[in-house]
Amino acid sequence: MRKSHEAWEGFAAGSWCESIDVRDFIMRNVTPYTGGPEFLSGPTARTVALNRKCAALFEKERQNGGVLGIDTENVSSLLSYGPAYLDRENELIVGFQTNSPLVRGVHPFGGLRMARSACEAYGHSLSSRVTDAFTYRTTHNDGVFRVYTDEMKAARRAGLITGLPDAYGRGRIIGDYRRVALYGVDALIAAKKEDKRAVGRRLMDADNIRLSEELYSQIDFLYKLKDMAALYGFDISGPAKSAREAVQWIYFGYLGAIKEQNGAAMSLGRVSSFIDIYIERDMRRGILDEAGAQELFDDFVIKLRMARHLRTPEYNELFGGDPMWITESVGGMAKDGRTLVTKSAFRMLNTLYTLGSAPEPNLTVLWSKALPKPFKRFCAKISIDTASIQYENDDLMRPIYGDDYAIACCVSAMKIGKQMQYFGARCNLPKLLLLALNGGRDELSGAQVGPATDVYAGEALRWDAVCERLDRYLGWLCALYVNSLNVIHYMHDKYAYEKVQMALHDTDVERMMAFGVAGLSVFADSMSAIRYAEVRPLRGEGGLIAGFDVAGDFPKFGNDDDRVDSIAVETLRQFHAELCKTPAYRGAKHTLSVLTITSNVVYGKKTGATPDGRQKGAPFAPGANPMHGREEYGALASLSSVAKLPYDCCRDGISCTLSLTPRSLGNDDASRTENLIALLDGYFESGAHHANINVLSRERLVEAMERPELFPNLTIRVSGYAVNFHKLCREQQLEVISRTFHERM
Amino acid sequence: MTGRVFKIETFAGADGPGIRCAVFFQGCHLRCVCCHNPESWASGGGEVMDSREVLRRALRYRAYYSPGGGVTFTGGEPLMQPEFLAESAHLCAENGLHTALDTAGAPLSRQVKEALRYIDLVLLDIKRTTEDEYRSHCGGSLSDTLRFLKFANDAGANIWVRHVVIPGLTDGEENILRLKALCAPYSNVKRIELLPFRNLCAAKYKNLGIPFALSDVPECGENDLARLLRLVDNE
Repeated sequence: MRKSHEAWEGFAAGSWCESIDVRDFIMRNVTPYTGGPEFLSGPTARTVALNRKCAALFEKERQNGGVLGIDTENVSSLLSYGPAYLDRENELIVGFQTNSPLVRGVHPFGGLRMARSACEAYGHSLSSRVTDAFTYRTTHNDGVFRVYTDEMKAARRAGLITGLPDAYGRGRIIGDYRRVALYGVDALIAAKKEDKRAVGRRLMDADNIRLSEELYSQIDFLYKLKDMAALYGFDISGPAKSAREAVQWIYFGYLGAIKEQNGAAMSLGRVSSFIDIYIERDMRRGILDEAGAQELFDDFVIKLRMARHLRTPEYNELFGGDPMWITESVGGMAKDGRTLVTKSAFRMLNTLYTLGSAPEPNLTVLWSKALPKPFKRFCAKISIDTASIQYENDDLMRPIYGDDYAIACCVSAMKIGKQMQYFGARCNLPKLLLLALNGGRDELSGAQVGPATDVYAGEALRWDAVCERLDRYLGWLCALYVNSLNVIHYMHDKYAYEKVQMALHDTDVERMMAFGVAGLSVFADSMSAIRYAEVRPLRGEGGLIAGFDVAGDFPKFGNDDDRVDSIAVETLRQFHAELCKTPAYRGAKHTLSVLTITSNVVYGKKTGATPDGRQKGAPFAPGANPMHGREEYGALASLSSVAKLPYDCCRDGISCTLSLTPRSLGNDDASRTENLIALLDGYFESGAHHANINVLSRERLVEAMERPELFPNLTIRVSGYAVNFHKLCREQQLEVISRTFHERM
Repeated sequence: MTGRVFKIETFAGADGPGIRCAVFFQGCHLRCVCCHNPESWASGGGEVMDSREVLRRALRYRAYYSPGGGVTFTGGEPLMQPEFLAESAHLCAENGLHTALDTAGAPLSRQVKEALRYIDLVLLDIKRTTEDEYRSHCGGSLSDTLRFLKFANDAGANIWVRHVVIPGLTDGEENILRLKALCAPYSNVKRIELLPFRNLCAAKYKNLGIPFALSDVPECGENDLARLLRLVDNE
């Protein structure tokens, strides 16, 4: 590795000069900022004009049924398309995924059928050029279904485990795009070649052969990344020499990743404070002013907001609102006690004002009690004004992941460039309970999904007897779940490997396998009803249990009541422990999330009536949220129940969405801001992991549902991400409206 | 000792400074036309709760109270259960919680005066600004409220006066100026808060089978509220 470079002039040297170590570069060069937003610039006339062009395209896309166009002739990759521009003369940052802005590319490597049906859903058809090319190719989806067992297919079909990434890119892998800017691609290639030589000296067993071939692909695609940038007239073989180049280089890295992969969540990482170092240097050199610095962020964010992937309607049911999860983590503290808030953390958040509110990038504030107060105030104000940002507990994650981690997707923390995860969607907990009561049969279809036993025979459900059944089925399901994911990720590595993103990781990467649960509050309340009230099963056709008669009251999750909260906690512990009994592919560490995205609606639809009184087909609460209407003591009692859920066994994140009306938060702007800060401080101090904060009224959402044209930019947080409200389907909109809004009565 | 509580709201952002745990006392002698909690009227309802339980619940959310937050005793009319109020406030104050009392100021008794020793902030709701209006609005007396105001002021309590702005009833500028004049003699009135009338409670009345006199009154708009707030001119 080159130990010095003219592009590094003005930076403090360190071990980052000797080997790839972006964290060391940041720690030696970052300028923490503890002031307020007074220094910020508004958008320039250029930015306003460019943003208007972008908005016009969004409107055209909306009128066109949500998809502006599809390139059905090419397979999306780094060199499939020529350069494209929004406004060539006026763009500061360039690059689009296909030949034209907002036109979506096809990614058949994950699965040809999904690519084809996505085209058809929007009135296109996949060209014979593409289908012919894939006649003799195995896709990830082909591979998975060659190996899936009957039992795996049955669990999937019943909706017991759903949302599995077996037909599209798995996502949730964050390339360290900063490496492109700091080192240039040639140095990254040289380092990977060195790694490949080292692997060649090891025993040539299956693991090392696979790794060696992966390194070959990584190097191949790093060359392609250079070629892709060259199409736009840039040479990214060397390090970025200015702030503008740094942003452009990072964006090229990201663009290469989303041209190559259609992963569900294609997150960005933690780039603002890295870019800040370049901005500070340019300002010292007198070649950049504040308006120019904001322009760089504005242009970058415009590009990110225009990123698109082609999805099927079924996919949109699970992940409503056309999200990309371009999650950017902002803020947080360094291990040495300095804040990692820089002026550029403000600039990044400021794009919600300069460009207007929007769901992408998925701005995620890493919250610490020790964050500078003016930054906290700015974040709180943005939440109140835009409902567009989410918060995650840096004080909880920093001891585990260090101070250079980022969030993938919604709530999945990982050390940037050092850890990756195998995304594993989620298991439907209430359905598992019904399956256990019905002797392994699907309560809706009657199909035998799990091991066959007798249907629960007693008059009333007895706590001990139900727990005994549940233990058995939970153990069965966890083993099946791990094995299913092992199949999926083996095949994804084999047929749809993330060449660009993994080239921007250390070669010896740490892997996590991320499992999940949905419907936790419905499950906990159901178990609580069985324990504290009298629940009588109602028999339907074929002797299956079709519903429940509940007599008496019972404690409900969301009221800070340990009797039921402990059921939720113990279930998560048990679930995680059971998962760990089955080894995960490639030595991955088992992690667990309590997160639903918008799948709480479709999961509910696939689940019969539950003992908590929830009707058949009714939506679950999102993420770790209590069921709406069951919280009797207000927001803090509700948050306290969520805060009890143990992060130590839910390392993939615990998502909670809180909606407050402006009036409930305070009587004036100043007290609303201060109260929101106190709320976040208190919540995270209680050990909670994540909060989506919405400050808006139900009436506003009802109005936006009826008249979407009046609210083109209304953004709300749903479950770990934000959406344009008008992009949700009616069912999802109604579910969001039915959620608890903490009001002042 | 025990008292009657009809609700505990753990997140109250608009009932005193900071985030507060609001303890709603059961029972009220007034029948305000704009009352949001008609279920609190009857003095026999609610849940019987020990003052130590009130303390335990309030302390549970201590992490959220800094800076300035705490517990607010509201209702119903907390002054209707003065011993319970005094003991709950005493326990909370003893444990370092900031205490606020949301009241219409009557009835003022010896026990109420005792309770005030443990109250850091009085939120005094002056419902109407003339004696006639007051009587027809809620069946009580403005002079009782003013007597409480004088007592609390002289006792050195911090006071925020509150007034609900109801379109067509209390949204006149002369009314707000009259409110200001009523407060003027009392140096411990630190702030006058104008709260917008909301009709969220209409559904509650319907469920309880009680007619809601203001069911056709629109909610108070933000602009009107801001205009009236300028008249009040808080620091």
